[in-house]
Amino acid sequence: MSEPRGLRWARVLVLGFLGLFTLVPIWAMVSSSLKPLGDVQGNWHWFPTHPTLQPYLDIWRTVPLGRYLMNSLITSGCATVCSVLIAIFAAYAISRYRFRGRNFFSMTLLSTQMFPGILFLLPLFLIFVNIGNATGVELYGSRLGLIITYLTFSLPFAIWMLAGYFDSIPRELDEAAMVDGNGPIGALIRVVIPAAVPGIAAVSIYAFMTAWGEVLFASVMTDDDTRTLAVGLQEYSTQVQVYWNQVMAASLIVSVPVVIGFLLLQRYLVAGLTAGAVK
Amino acid sequence: MSTVTPAPVAPATGASSGTPRRTRRRAALPYLLLLPALLLELLVHIIPIVVGIGMSFLQLTQFYIRNWSAAPAAGAANYRFVLDFDSGAGKSLLHSFWITCEYTVLSVGVCWLFGTAAATLMQRNFRGRNLLRTLFLVPYALPMYAAVITWSFMFQRDTGLINSVLGSHTFWLIGDNSFWSLVVVNVWRNWPFAFLIVMAGLQNIPAELYEAAAIDGAGWWRQFRCITQPMLRPVNQVLLLVLFLWTFNDFNTPYVLFGASAPHQASLISIYIYQSSFKTWNFGQGSAMSVLLLLFLLLVSGVYLALTARRRKAYV
Amino acid sequence: MRIGKMAAALAVVLAATGVTAACGGSADSAKELTYWASNQGTSLDNDKAVLQPELDKFQQQTGIKVKLEVVPWTDLLNRILAATTSGKGPDVLNIGNTWSASLQATGAFLPFDDATLDQVGGKSRFLGPSLAATGASGKPPVGVPLYGQAYGLYYNKKLFADAGIAQPPATWSELVADGKKLTDPAKGQWGLSLQAGQATENCHYAAILGAQHGATFFTPDGKPQLASDQAVAGIQQYIDLMQQDKIVNPSDAEYVDTAKSLKDLADGKAAMFMNQASAGSFKTIGMDMSNLGVAPIPLPDNPIAGDRKVTSFVAGINMSVFADTKNRDGALQFVKFMTSAPEQAQLNKTYGSLPTVTDAYSDPAFQAADVKVFQTVLSSTAEPMPQVPQESQFETLVGTAMKSMFADIASGKSVDAASIKSSLTDADQQIAAGK
Repeated sequence: MSEPRGLRWARVLVLGFLGLFTLVPIWAMVSSSLKPLGDVQGNWHWFPTHPTLQPYLDIWRTVPLGRYLMNSLITSGCATVCSVLIAIFAAYAISRYRFRGRNFFSMTLLSTQMFPGILFLLPLFLIFVNIGNATGVELYGSRLGLIITYLTFSLPFAIWMLAGYFDSIPRELDEAAMVDGNGPIGALIRVVIPAAVPGIAAVSIYAFMTAWGEVLFASVMTDDDTRTLAVGLQEYSTQVQVYWNQVMAASLIVSVPVVIGFLLLQRYLVAGLTAGAVK
Repeated sequence: MSTVTPAPVAPATGASSGTPRRTRRRAALPYLLLLPALLLELLVHIIPIVVGIGMSFLQLTQFYIRNWSAAPAAGAANYRFVLDFDSGAGKSLLHSFWITCEYTVLSVGVCWLFGTAAATLMQRNFRGRNLLRTLFLVPYALPMYAAVITWSFMFQRDTGLINSVLGSHTFWLIGDNSFWSLVVVNVWRNWPFAFLIVMAGLQNIPAELYEAAAIDGAGWWRQFRCITQPMLRPVNQVLLLVLFLWTFNDFNTPYVLFGASAPHQASLISIYIYQSSFKTWNFGQGSAMSVLLLLFLLLVSGVYLALTARRRKAYV
Repeated sequence: MRIGKMAAALAVVLAATGVTAACGGSADSAKELTYWASNQGTSLDNDKAVLQPELDKFQQQTGIKVKLEVVPWTDLLNRILAATTSGKGPDVLNIGNTWSASLQATGAFLPFDDATLDQVGGKSRFLGPSLAATGASGKPPVGVPLYGQAYGLYYNKKLFADAGIAQPPATWSELVADGKKLTDPAKGQWGLSLQAGQATENCHYAAILGAQHGATFFTPDGKPQLASDQAVAGIQQYIDLMQQDKIVNPSDAEYVDTAKSLKDLADGKAAMFMNQASAGSFKTIGMDMSNLGVAPIPLPDNPIAGDRKVTSFVAGINMSVFADTKNRDGALQFVKFMTSAPEQAQLNKTYGSLPTVTDAYSDPAFQAADVKVFQTVLSSTAEPMPQVPQESQFETLVGTAMKSMFADIASGKSVDAASIKSSLTDADQQIAAGK
């Protein structure tokens, strides 16, 4: 089946435009990361006139980038794993059962997405401090508090999407598993989850990226030891100088693992989001 | 949200004899499965938000921040102050609101357009498709702070990339153009997400549909209109709503792009609420504005869901 | 039971993350203090390296261990807010001195009445203007000044010499005249650089020039009176630098941080720039330091009725103590230590700021000509920003209004006294009503 020339030209033009649109700022970042500080805000040059790798060395010293990277990986990773686990159970309930309060629960989940974070930042902080005082479990200033916060942030969208994926997995599979003597949970583990691996991969990426990039709550709830990357990147802006070239270098470096993750998960992702979306 | 066909609560199908204890356990199962999610949502989202709403009825300024119970009740005073559209503050709020509406509709529209176009045109395999796909996703992977800062450098009047390419001396970060700069930056960051969602949705459309249509003589535009779009409707419904909510509340993009004080033409409501209340520790007022924003978004979502659900029923 | 197993597994996962992730609470004792320092140096690690030896010295002298955390400026106010709300915070901390009145209003900080001030060395040791920037007048201060800063006029000596100007300007009209001689848009050279896109900076100059015209922005009991004619005159004078005198590059309307203006001065694109002591920043962008001169910001030529001789606002960092501290005596000992003459000399020398106590100035590090300029300004012609709880709202409203005035001017529209007055009236109403 051959496609019309018009379509082929449209493809070249559109994808070319989008490629350029995406690429130019990325190139601006790369070239800024290779310039000495004075040149970054000077007149724009496509290629650095005095290229230097120094920023890539300095970024680890100006800011404890290694520590922040570890903190972000731990926090985002734990938040993702827990969020997806909890979302799987909740989504299974919503997908497979009709029970009182189901629609109310769904609408409430949706409405949590409409609130500006700054509004419930302080009350949440107070709650954490009070829990800390009452039980001795320090949620304030600890990774645990941040993990709990982040995993809850991604829950609504995760539950929504997963419920959709589960819907497209035929109930006959569940019933077949249950006829074999499994309970509903067994059906979930043995049949539904394996069939929804792509959907789970998709939701995991979303949860990870949400935690990875969150700034407001991290700035208040972390201290020196537990600070994450999203907050830490702003530390290149010091009282004396803003090290723009290092900001760019650090951002590129920390994005490399994320992009590699995207590459590896692409297969699952493409197959995955589909299964959930179509009704 | 999808209208889900429910499964029977307790599988009454033969095999299990179902002692009363087992049936009760089965009936409680959905609630138990929901429990962790419910508890966490209560702890982190619901209770703080309810407290936040409560704050809007107090005169919670820096004088009382230390001891909230001492804050005098303000009744609806905060709301009345915010909604007084004759005052300077009320006028600014209304102005921010309209700007944000325009900004959101425009951004979401363009993101969706770009995402759909790219996803559709990349369905057919060609050399370098995987590479291009990864490239398109990079803006989503980059830290927001660095990405927006890069754009602010590019938009500088004297030393920026944009003006050096165009050879002009326009202002992009102040004045009328600042609105368009904001839209461009937002689209750059968010269209990959739309691309991702639509691309996935496309995979699920059976190829036979297209083949049958081609045999019947339908051109690619016809196929796009009559097969792709209808099949994508559920995906698009979720995508557009979610993008709308996230873009409307977007704080970081304008904050970083304009260095914390946004120009008049690009004053988004999230920045406005922050600058006029939270920054000055007037949480009572900030909460009132946030609650009003919440009500508006609930209204829009409700109407949107009702309209799109009805239309879907009409098709089926 | 399956659910049980699942739930147990989940609980174990959560508990495991909790165990590995949660920090234990630190024990409070009379032998320990928690100190939040602000970022003053080239990086957070640099601050730690500067402060740690001093903290060790303190521990040697008093036996009190100080747990240090350097908090970046982007987070500091949020963290203070969270600490104020929850009661869980440090013992001692640095604050920006323009936050003083606001923080004072929360009641969460230890008031430094005369008795307490005596415990840290006495009121008279401190520079008058710096001490005035520690809270609303008539109420005991909520901190003591730690690092001082003042504004001056940096100028590029070479550009001045090339244009045949022997001395930096001493009066405002000289500034304008010099600026005009040094402005040549065709060469890309301008007389003066302004951070016209930065709201707080705009407001600082509104305060300075407004004071030179005799404006007071708040009544003694804290009510706003922003839209006075004197205030309008002060702001008009400032924006006319771009509008009428045309010695400022219109592109400066986009400048949101000092970096660009510093670079313009270093590259010779601008001849003058008003800023706080920033020798360190100039060095890191490669400025030829022998080319850099500094003078006080000029005063008006002729005295205006009611004017005040103000060439700078009192910039700087204060040290405050949390009222909820469990180690009040230790905290005060630490404040006394940090404001002692040797420490003041050492720290301010390193950071490039100015001591806030008079007896530290005898140190040879503060005898250089440019330091003397800033010292004279800080001790004699500096006035604090309005010490009212709504200070940051004031800065935001007035500064943002000025930013859009500059934006209008840059795009060719004109801004006259009437529109300045109406912007100020709007801001005034917002502050008055938002109480």
